[in-house]
Amino acid sequence: MADQELDCKAISCPMPIVRVAKAVKSMTPGQTLEVQATDPSFQADIEAWARRTGNELVSFTTQDDVHSALIQIKG
Amino acid sequence: MELSQLPDDLRAEIKRIIDDEVEKKTRGFSDALDQLRLQVEKSGGAGEQEDRATLVVFSGEMDTLFAACTIASGAAAMGMNVSMFFTFWGLNAIRVGRSFKGKTITEKMVACMMPGGPKSVPTSRMNMAGMGPRFFKYLMKKRNVEELPNLVELIQELGVRMVACETSMMVMGVKREELIEGIDYGGVATYLEDAAKSKITLFI
Repeated sequence: MADQELDCKAISCPMPIVRVAKAVKSMTPGQTLEVQATDPSFQADIEAWARRTGNELVSFTTQDDVHSALIQIKG
Repeated sequence: MELSQLPDDLRAEIKRIIDDEVEKKTRGFSDALDQLRLQVEKSGGAGEQEDRATLVVFSGEMDTLFAACTIASGAAAMGMNVSMFFTFWGLNAIRVGRSFKGKTITEKMVACMMPGGPKSVPTSRMNMAGMGPRFFKYLMKKRNVEELPNLVELIQELGVRMVACETSMMVMGVKREELIEGIDYGGVATYLEDAAKSKITLFI
């Protein structure tokens, strides 16, 4: 179970990564965030975001058109 | 004969000559390096670059403003510092209303012709006397794409630096009270200072 969960289903770019960035601001290294989204560009965007910010995209799955990304906050 | 077998004073003389020659040859290098370093600093080279994106927002249409605000909020979400310079038609994106008090006749005329804010901007194509924006707003709502006024509020929340161009405000008769609060005001040098040290610069 992730430390925090973020529901970004049915919202479109740029909102999912904006919300992720906001949520992560109040989190500490080691904590995990699970994000659910339906935006088609979510996978590419969250991968780019993780690379840029140095956080780890632990897993990414898709089920019934809902994407689930598990992010671990690094330092 | 080995160098070490030479008399001491001769060895000292040889060493002095070699040292002199090396010093003469490399003195030029040190000067050249200093000059290069100075040039790099002056041109705002790699050392002066920030993790910043600077956008000039010149257009005042719904579609172009939407692109500008999406990029700005995306860049902020990616951890970049962002600056946006609103000039000419771009000022309409940060308007909160229209006022006619204290304006000349021509300024009042311009105020009439301008949209009252990001809610009422036209589209750059297919405006069709206002039908275009209504249609696109409907399409965006269907797909849960954020509306432009909300996006403008959002970028301010994200700490994007928003600057209004004073000269275009003067030309179009736009007063500070007609724009959103909490923004900076400036001229071209204000823009250029941020742009010169940005990794990403865009004119929208």
